[in-house]
Amino acid sequence: MTRSASKFPKAAAVLFGIGCFTALIYAIEILIRIGLINRFIVPFPSEIIASFPRIVIEEGVPSRFLLTAIEALTASVMLSIVGISLGVLLHRVRLVRLATETWIAAFASAPLVLMYPLFLVIFGRSAWTIIMIGFVAALPPVILKTLEGLAGTRAVLINVGRSFKLTPAQLYWKILFPAALPNIFVGVRLGMIFALINIVGVEFLINFGGLGQLVNELAERYDLPGTYAAICFVILVSIVFFVVTERIEQWLRPGT
Amino acid sequence: MAVEPILVVDDIVKQFETQDGPLTAVDHVSFAVTPGEFVSLIGPSGCGKSTLFNIVGGLLDGYQGRVTVAGETVRGPHHSIGMIFQEESTFPWRTVIDNVAFPLEIAGLPKAERMEKARHFVGLVGLDGFERRYPAELSGGMRQRVSMARTLASQPKILLMDEPFAALDEQTRLLLGDKVLQIQQELKQTTLLITHNLTEAVQLSDRILVMTYRPGKIKRVVDIELPRPRTSEIVGSDAFGHFVAQIWNDLREEASRGLRDDESRKLHATGSNE
Repeated sequence: MTRSASKFPKAAAVLFGIGCFTALIYAIEILIRIGLINRFIVPFPSEIIASFPRIVIEEGVPSRFLLTAIEALTASVMLSIVGISLGVLLHRVRLVRLATETWIAAFASAPLVLMYPLFLVIFGRSAWTIIMIGFVAALPPVILKTLEGLAGTRAVLINVGRSFKLTPAQLYWKILFPAALPNIFVGVRLGMIFALINIVGVEFLINFGGLGQLVNELAERYDLPGTYAAICFVILVSIVFFVVTERIEQWLRPGT
Repeated sequence: MAVEPILVVDDIVKQFETQDGPLTAVDHVSFAVTPGEFVSLIGPSGCGKSTLFNIVGGLLDGYQGRVTVAGETVRGPHHSIGMIFQEESTFPWRTVIDNVAFPLEIAGLPKAERMEKARHFVGLVGLDGFERRYPAELSGGMRQRVSMARTLASQPKILLMDEPFAALDEQTRLLLGDKVLQIQQELKQTTLLITHNLTEAVQLSDRILVMTYRPGKIKRVVDIELPRPRTSEIVGSDAFGHFVAQIWNDLREEASRGLRDDESRKLHATGSNE
């Protein structure tokens, strides 16, 4: 009963979201038409929508979309493995945590994308430069949120584990990780956003790869509707990743 | 012939370091529990009840004295002791049945066997039909019963409970008391209950150990000579009222000392802040 009852509010929320988004598009269209927004800076939403088929066919959007998505996926997998492992290390070794936590937090705000020449020297003008910048820039939130989740596990749950004589490994796998999963996934999602921003940014800067390069090319041709349409595909990558991580989280930690 | 105790708490002293110097939380506490007996430790807040709970459960070390279970010294969590905590302690990511099966999973039982056993204990605490529900879908009382079933599933020789119904309303508490009595009757489960609730202690116990306020000592031992099997209906009897009054007489002075101490500390803290 609870589940079927909860379907309606969710569907209503989705419809409400779509309605708001449609209203916003119409509002922008009207604001441009009455001259409140400069049409040479922001193109008509109707023109952006109309340019979708054109850029999909003429600019090879599917392959570019796939390339950016693969780069983002590779960076996300790497940052999940390395970031979560480092979060566990900081949780286990207090000295390492005290010595590095502030640095890691500070590192999160560093404009790493500006160091792309260094990465170009190390990895060459290849997808690996893009992936590595995305990966490194996105590590801090994953590390910090993993640490926060593990450290924030309720003491009583740990005591339950201790009372059942769990080994340290069992305590991690059976209690600490499941308890910390919501926080870990917040970190992974934030990391994915950081990674995607940096990946598209570097593709734009070095004019190489997927959607970032497409945005660069269309902008240089002053194809504003096409540029905005390409940005919409970047957002689509983000949405796909969000939905996938949400499903993985629900699968790993049901009931919440 | 005297029955050998299964749990012996022998001359326990526990001190904590505080800003004002060492604080004795538990002071030379000794008692023993025989198999199948239901013993309650009752005392005001701050009398060291939870410290004793953690010591007996093997979660706290650095104390003087000795705790033994069937002659074996407790050094850390012991497989013969099952603990039920005051705070809500179900795993929110596991269904009721998976929560209850947790200790069996740790013990390495095959899935079919552990599910069958878990179902038995879910039934024992009266949660049949809720096996596939998650804790978020249950009330506070039901969640505490899941915790109880989970601990019972590990089939401990001694059940150690720290105010398991403290967060529940009085009516639910009395009804869950019935459930505990029923389980105790069925399993002949040796139980040590830590509580500050008078009616709960009298309703459930064979013997009550009344503790003093800080430092925590055993002030008096009261044998509850009420007939078994019991239910919450006994709460209305004259004998029940007699025991509650008797224990309250002992506790009132300790609780007043605790309250005065608490107020004076608050006053002192407020004075320091000003």
